[in-house]
Amino acid sequence: MTTIRLSVPQTADRGEIIELRAMIQHEMESGFRFGSRGEMIPQDIITKFECFYNGTLFFSSDFHPGVAANPILKFYARANESGSFEFVWTDQDGQSWSDSAQIEVS
Amino acid sequence: MIPRVAAATEDEMNEAIRGMFGDRVITEGRVNVDLPPIAENGFSVPIDISVDSPMTEDDYVKQIVVLSPRNPLPVLAQYHLTPMSGRADVSARIRLGGTQSIRVIAEMNDGTLWSGAKQTLVTLAACVID
Amino acid sequence: MRLLAACFLFVGAACSPETTQLEPDFTIEASQRVSGSNFLTPETVAQQNDDFENPGYLWVERGADLFEQGEPSCAGCHENGLEGVATHYPAFDTGTQTLINLEGRINLCRTRHQGLTSLPYESDELLSLTAFVAEQSRGLPISVEVTPQTQSAFESGANYFMTRRGQLNLACTQCHDDNWGKQLRGDTISQGHGNGFPAYRFEWEDFGSLHRRLHDCDTGVRAAPMELGSQTYIDLEFYLAVRASGLELESPGIRR
Repeated sequence: MTTIRLSVPQTADRGEIIELRAMIQHEMESGFRFGSRGEMIPQDIITKFECFYNGTLFFSSDFHPGVAANPILKFYARANESGSFEFVWTDQDGQSWSDSAQIEVS
Repeated sequence: MIPRVAAATEDEMNEAIRGMFGDRVITEGRVNVDLPPIAENGFSVPIDISVDSPMTEDDYVKQIVVLSPRNPLPVLAQYHLTPMSGRADVSARIRLGGTQSIRVIAEMNDGTLWSGAKQTLVTLAACVID
Repeated sequence: MRLLAACFLFVGAACSPETTQLEPDFTIEASQRVSGSNFLTPETVAQQNDDFENPGYLWVERGADLFEQGEPSCAGCHENGLEGVATHYPAFDTGTQTLINLEGRINLCRTRHQGLTSLPYESDELLSLTAFVAEQSRGLPISVEVTPQTQSAFESGANYFMTRRGQLNLACTQCHDDNWGKQLRGDTISQGHGNGFPAYRFEWEDFGSLHRRLHDCDTGVRAAPMELGSQTYIDLEFYLAVRASGLELESPGIRR
């Protein structure tokens, strides 16, 4: 069970620069920690984040073990048309999670 | 827990930069890095990066790289932007394996490289469990 | 010294059995009591107060979903929400004649009214439901009192708080009553209130219960910790809640 939280304004003026925020529940196991028996805990991280505006990839990020657990990102977009923002996270094994939010641009 | 494995060094960070950008000139400026002066501990430190750029089709930030001279791995995160971003401003939360100066490099669409840095003090927890 | 103080407190309590509400004495006067968030950096306090930046809301949001599930669902009975409820826990349950905490109340609802099984302590589901209920009391003062029914639990909790334990031979009171506000390595010692829990702890990189925190305190002084959800920890949680009464509930809090 993975919870995703998004913050996208519901409405914007055409051309307005809007703030987007996204958070996903993930431990981002760095691969540099030791368990209680001294064993190395294997790395288990999200490696890629992508954000699509009406299907066009306009912002992405590569995550490394230096990204904190339950990663959060705040970034911006120029609101040019109504539609949807889709947020996609993919882990090191190719598993992915996504969620989207609608915006009305006038 | 904070990583206890061998940490990267300034040299390893510079090697990672050479791996990404070769021997291209990196100019100080245009990149503003904001970190708290004192981080609660190294597990989740807020970082705000803003790059001075109009973010138009002709002039925009292509990539932002966050680098550490002290974490186990020198590259913490990379961000890829486009003119659709409108504003070259990214906030995130990173792990810091100790007090250090975080370096951020921005690559523009014309290929020029700019950089900024910010020092933060990471305090040690009182009660260590393991 | 502290042990003596605690003993007097019990004697004082025992002298007035006719009153339903007892007024315990604490080392830290009410006017001096401050939340754990007073010992955090301004950046962390801002993060706690921002309901998007605060990662605890991942669990609150999941709890809101779980609240709608089941037949009947939690929401089926508690249609007007549960504002203020968390400020009164731990509380005495007349059915089982025991002191229970919020997690225990949620599990009793499941077994008594919903035909469901208890959720394991510290499971993501139980933490999420607890966080969802606690969040509805965010900003309200904790209000837990000692009654004749809960007096022995209070004494047991006080006793745990005052007793030296572990290889470091330290009692909770030595740090959190006698030395709060002082520096210990890079930390400032807090007063040891539980008003932010369940909380997101940076050190865990995760969300957890007060009992998980107590477990870490015991481990920190190199003592054998108790089971999460054990009556010993519920009694200690009760003592702490009486001691923290008047402080605002901050769950989902953020702590170091």
